[in-house]
Amino acid sequence: MELFGDPAQWLPFTFAALMGVSILIYVVLDGFDLGVGVLFPFASNDEKDMMVASIGPFWDANETWLVLAIGLLLVAFPTAHGTILTALYLPVAIMLIGLILRGVAFEFRVKAPTPHKATWNWLFFAGSLMTSLAQGFMLGKYVMGLESTLGTWVFAMITAVFLTVAYSFIGACWLILKTEYTLQAKAVDWAKGGIWGLVLGLGAVSLATPLVSPRIFDKWFTFPEIFILAPLPIMSAALVWLLWRSLQVLPNPTDAGARTPFLYAIALFVLAFGGLAYSFYPYVVPEKLTIYEAASAPESLFIILVGTVFVLPMIGGYTALAYTIFKGKAAELRYD
Amino acid sequence: MDTLMLSRIQFGANISFHILFPTITIALGWVLLFFKLRFNATGDDKWMEAYRFWVKVFALSFAMGVVSGITMSFQFGTNWPGFMEIVGNIAGPLLAYEVLTAFFLEAVFLGIMLFGFSRVPGWLHTTATFLVAFGTTMSAFWIIVLNSWMHTPQGYEMRDGVAFATDWMAIIFNPSMPYRFIHMLLASGLTVAFLVAGFSAFRWLLGDRSEGVRATLKTGVYLGALLIPVQIFMGDLHGLNTLEHQPQKVAAMEGNWDTGPSVPLLLFALPDEEARENRFEVGIPNGASLILKHKADGVVPGLNDFVTEDGEVLHPPVAPVFWSFRIMVGTGFAMLFLSWGAAFLMLRKGRGPEGLPKLVTYAMVPMAFSGWVATLAGWYTTEIGRQPWLVQGVLTTEMAVADVPAPFVAITLTTYLAIYVLLLGAYIGVLFYLARKAAHGDIPRRRTPQSGEAITRTVPAE
Repeated sequence: MELFGDPAQWLPFTFAALMGVSILIYVVLDGFDLGVGVLFPFASNDEKDMMVASIGPFWDANETWLVLAIGLLLVAFPTAHGTILTALYLPVAIMLIGLILRGVAFEFRVKAPTPHKATWNWLFFAGSLMTSLAQGFMLGKYVMGLESTLGTWVFAMITAVFLTVAYSFIGACWLILKTEYTLQAKAVDWAKGGIWGLVLGLGAVSLATPLVSPRIFDKWFTFPEIFILAPLPIMSAALVWLLWRSLQVLPNPTDAGARTPFLYAIALFVLAFGGLAYSFYPYVVPEKLTIYEAASAPESLFIILVGTVFVLPMIGGYTALAYTIFKGKAAELRYD
Repeated sequence: MDTLMLSRIQFGANISFHILFPTITIALGWVLLFFKLRFNATGDDKWMEAYRFWVKVFALSFAMGVVSGITMSFQFGTNWPGFMEIVGNIAGPLLAYEVLTAFFLEAVFLGIMLFGFSRVPGWLHTTATFLVAFGTTMSAFWIIVLNSWMHTPQGYEMRDGVAFATDWMAIIFNPSMPYRFIHMLLASGLTVAFLVAGFSAFRWLLGDRSEGVRATLKTGVYLGALLIPVQIFMGDLHGLNTLEHQPQKVAAMEGNWDTGPSVPLLLFALPDEEARENRFEVGIPNGASLILKHKADGVVPGLNDFVTEDGEVLHPPVAPVFWSFRIMVGTGFAMLFLSWGAAFLMLRKGRGPEGLPKLVTYAMVPMAFSGWVATLAGWYTTEIGRQPWLVQGVLTTEMAVADVPAPFVAITLTTYLAIYVLLLGAYIGVLFYLARKAAHGDIPRRRTPQSGEAITRTVPAE
C-alpha cells in the first residue's frame, strides 16, 4: 500500500474520482432514459411504446450507476453520506418515490390489463418528472452549500427545472439516434426546444457557484488558473453551437448525423460535470468536510479498490455487449 | 410517535416490501434456467411456453425488487447515519461488493434475457439466463453476509467507538452466515415452488390443459416436496446456531422466562412482558428442551437472564418474536402436507395433474403466496429477535437513528405505505391477470422463432 505514497492521501482521492465517474455515467445514462419519460406527454400512444422500447433493455443497468455512486459515498465517505442525505431528506424521498413509480410502470404498462395502460403511462411520466426535478433540486441545494434559506430554495427550484429540461434534451437526442420517421422528427423538435433550457441551466449553475463561495471564485478567477481553465467555457459554448448546427440537418433520408446530437450532448454533460467537480474539490460536503476528513479507514477502502479494479472493466465489457446487441433503431420489445 | 419508532417502522415496512421480490427472483432465475435447459435438451415447445410466462413474472418482480432496494440504500443515510458511522468500515465493503459483483451483472444481462431471445445465439441467451440467476444469488450472498455479521459479529476491533476490520475471512464466514444463507436460499426455492404450483393450479382450474401448464404444475409441486424437508432440517440447525450465539432470541421464540430444565414446547400462549409471564399456555411437556438440547431435561435459557440489575431490558420484545416464529413454522408444515400430498397423488399410478382432487388444486391457489408469509415471519423472528441491538453487542438501534424531525418521517412513511399497498395490489392483480390470459390462450401459440432470427428480421443495417 505504500507503493504510491500515503494511502490516507491517494485512497480518498481515488474514491472521490470513482464516485465522480459513477455520478457522471449515471447522469448521462439515466439522464437520457429519465428524459424520455419526461417527454411522454408529447407523444402519441404508439410512439410511447417505441420510446419505452428504445430504453427498455438499458434502464435497469443505467439506474445501477446511481446505486454504485450512492454506495461509494456510503462506503468511502460515511460521515458525508449521513450529512448530505439527512440535509436532503425530503427531495431524496421524492426522488425515490419517482424512481419506484417509473421503475414499476415500465413493467406494469405492458402487463396490466389494457384499460389500465393509460394510468401506468401517466405514472411513468410522473415518476420520471419527480425524479428529474428532485435531482435538480438536490443539485441546487448542494451548489448552495446545503443551506436552508429562501434564496437557496428558490435557486434549487430553478436548477430543478433546468436539469429536467437538460434530461429531456439528452432524452430527445437519444430518440433521434434510436427512432425513425415521425417520432424522430418530433424528437428533433423536442431537442431544439430543450437546448435553451440546457444553456440557461449551465449558465445559472456556472454563475452561481463562484458567487456563493469565495473559495470557488478564487479557484476560477485568479492568475494563472483563469487561462488554463478558459478552454472549458469556450468548449462548452462551441459544443452548444455544434449541437444547434447538427439539429438543423435532421431528420434526413439517409439518417446521416443521427448520432451526432447525442454524442455532443454527452460531451457537454461531461464538461459541465468536470467544471463542478473542479469547483468543489476537495470538499464532499461543500465548505464543511473534505474527502480526506470524511474518508473511511484505508484498509476498508483498499479492499473495495481491489474488487473495483477487477470488476469495473468487466462491467464495462458486458455493458458494451448489451449496447451492441441492442444497437440500431429500436424495435418493438418482445419476449421471444 | 418519536423519530426512532417511525424510522424503524419505515425501514421495517420498506425491507418487508423489498424482500418479497428478491425471494421470488433468486430462485425463479434458476427455475427459468431449468426451463431453458430442458428446452435446449428436448426442443419441446412446452418448456419455452413455461419460460415465456414465468420470465414475465420475473421481469415484474425484478423491477419491484430494484426500486424498493434503491430506496433502502438511501435510507441508510437519511434515517440511520449512525450505522455507517460506527460499522461502515465493515458494512461498506460488503455492500460495495454486492453492487459490483451482483447488481450490474443482473441488470445488464436481464435486458438480454428478456428481449434478446431472437437477437442473440441460443447459447448466449442461456448464458444470460444463467448470469442473471447467478447475480441474484451473489446479491443474496453479500447481503446475508452483512446481515449475519450484524447478528454474530467477529473479525473486527473497536477503536474510538468505531469498528475496524481485522480479518475479512472471519467477517464473511461469521458463525451464523452459512445457516442463514442456506435457510434463505431454501426459503426462496420454496416461495417459487409454491408460486409456480399455485398459478399453474389456477390456470388448471380455469380449464387450461396445455402441456406448458402441466410441466409447470409438476415442477412446482415436486420442487416444493423436495425442498421442504431440507428446509425444516436446516431451520432446526439454524435455531441451534442461534441458541449458541443469541440465546435471548431463542428464549423469546420459545416464550421461556426462566432458565431451567424440562421446558415445554408452547403451541399457544400470550406472552405478557409487564407481568413477565405467559397467559393461556398450551404446551407439549419437555418439547423445547428436546428440540434445543435433544434431552428431555435439557436446560433452556430464559428471558429473565437478559435483564440487567438496574432493570434495563436486553432481550427483544417477546410477543412479536414468539408469534412470528409460530407463523413461520406453521406455514412450513402446511407446505409439507400440501406438497407431499399433491406429489403422492400425482405420482400414484403415474396420473400426473389429473390425479389431483379439485380440493387439492383449490388449496394450491392461496398457498401460492405461502412462501411470502413464511419468509416474512422468519425475518421478523430473527430481526425483531436482534433488538435492542442493531449490531449485536456493538451498536443499539437507538444509537444509529438520524435526528430528522418526526413529522418528516411520518410524511415519508405514510407515502411509502400508500405506494406499497397499491403496488402490492397491482402486482398480485397482474399475476392473476397474466395467468387468466395465458389460460384462455390469449398468448398466440406461435412457432418458437430460431435464435438469432431477429438480427436479420428487425434491425436495419446501419
